[in-house]
Amino acid sequence: MDEKWIVEVEGMTKKFGDFTAVDSISFRVKKGEIFGFLGANGAGKTTAIKILCGLSRPTSGKVTVDGLNVYTQAEKIKEKIGYMSQKFSLYDDLNIEENIRLFGGIYGLSNKEIKEKSEILINKLGLQDVRKELLKSLPLGWKQKLAFSVAIIHDPSIVFLDEPTGGVDPITRRQFWEMIYEASSKGVTIFVTTHYMDEAEYCSRISMMVDGRIAAMGKPSELKKELGVRNMDEFFVKLARSK
Amino acid sequence: MKNAIEIYDINKSYRNKPALKNINLHVEPGEIFGLIGPDGAGKTTLIRILTTLLLADSGTATVNGCDIVKDYKHIRTSVGYMPGRFSLYQDLTVEENMNLFAKIFGTTIAENYSLVADIYSQIEPFKNRQAGQLSGGMKQKLALSCALIHKPDILFLDEPTTGVDPVSRKELWDMLKKLKKEGITVFVSTAYMDEATLCDRVALIQDGVLLSVDSVDGIINSFRKKLISVKSDDIYRLIGDLRKLDFVEKAYPFGDCVHTILLDSEADENMILDALKNHNHINLSAKQVIPTIEDCFIDLMENHNG
Repeated sequence: MDEKWIVEVEGMTKKFGDFTAVDSISFRVKKGEIFGFLGANGAGKTTAIKILCGLSRPTSGKVTVDGLNVYTQAEKIKEKIGYMSQKFSLYDDLNIEENIRLFGGIYGLSNKEIKEKSEILINKLGLQDVRKELLKSLPLGWKQKLAFSVAIIHDPSIVFLDEPTGGVDPITRRQFWEMIYEASSKGVTIFVTTHYMDEAEYCSRISMMVDGRIAAMGKPSELKKELGVRNMDEFFVKLARSK
Repeated sequence: MKNAIEIYDINKSYRNKPALKNINLHVEPGEIFGLIGPDGAGKTTLIRILTTLLLADSGTATVNGCDIVKDYKHIRTSVGYMPGRFSLYQDLTVEENMNLFAKIFGTTIAENYSLVADIYSQIEPFKNRQAGQLSGGMKQKLALSCALIHKPDILFLDEPTTGVDPVSRKELWDMLKKLKKEGITVFVSTAYMDEATLCDRVALIQDGVLLSVDSVDGIINSFRKKLISVKSDDIYRLIGDLRKLDFVEKAYPFGDCVHTILLDSEADENMILDALKNHNHINLSAKQVIPTIEDCFIDLMENHNG
């Protein structure tokens, strides 16, 4: 029925000289799914993400994002995706409105759309009184919520979140996940890269990369059962060490 | 036996913005003590005050029996400190960094080799490599080796597991347990609530205020409410449905479930299942669970904020 695949990857390989960073991986991500993309540092996560964002070409394999081919339609893909990371998202020395306007523009919205969307977004997040304040004056939790809202301001098919909730307090973090659930319920596909296993527990499905390959994929609850571990942390350690 | 660390009424502000408010706690010798809280809670400020790198506005503290202001020189020789940011010399080799730290503290690598052997042996094959060229995990092992080279009585680690994958995280905690066996007191800060369970005692900190200081079991036992873990295939809708129930105090996402706190002790999981039976949830289930430290943190935070 609405089983639409937003990401389809088959035999994707990326080599840098003699080194194979991504070794013939295959997976699909459904529309509206919250997909966790896990792996240790150096397992090949970043390389794979760069390909899915249209920033890098695979050496071989079939890869489409929202039906677009990464080899020939990379620029179109960039218009269809959103991106947010804990390390880089918004500009500290611009105010809140300016940040929204800048990213709205980058994501290709018209001035009229930017104005409308800014109002909706500022009201929804309750930022009316601080809209002219520099971003750096906002607490970390607010920055994250704003960064996520900005990353989906252009109604992308899929949004990539790179370790989105590290370091925030547990209440703010749950508000953040509720925003993610809301976006997902509206059909936005969420692609989360992280090596924080408690974030992984929130995903509907995860894949785990070890040395350029996908070592396991499925629902967190099923994977835990399969490997006989209590939590995703143990799951990660068991898989990463078994190589 | 005297306490390893004693803190009385410590306050610290940055340009009128309070970073620490009336901090009081003590750390027993030989324990692993965790300072647990989100970014911006005041963890680094407290560690920097205790390691004599920053002066408090008011209050006193002793480390190893020494006053943090009057006896700062003595404290600096008897503690080890691993800051959150990698702060060794990137353009010196692994071995040069180690030798430098050993010399500053009037010792040699050989003298305390047994203490650091576990970690240092893993990076020793790269001892001629510049520190800046090491991977994240190896940098961390080097930083820890340098912080231990003078066999300190107390080791301070500021967020050692931030940005580290679960395998390296586990290695680090295994290492801290070994240091504890050597009699070293460990004072470690982290934003990962789940790491609390690896500590003997913890202080939960938020906005410069200590919410609780206790063992993890102690904190969990003082959580008096009934907590039900509810699941269905549509978590987002489930949260909304649960919040509408009049016997539910609050409901929030928790991994693949929704943690639901009940208002009265008479209510239970069956009441939830019953109330939701006509809401078309697929794979609906509910069971009472023991709170985690994160549930306790949320509860304490809300009580504190009034």
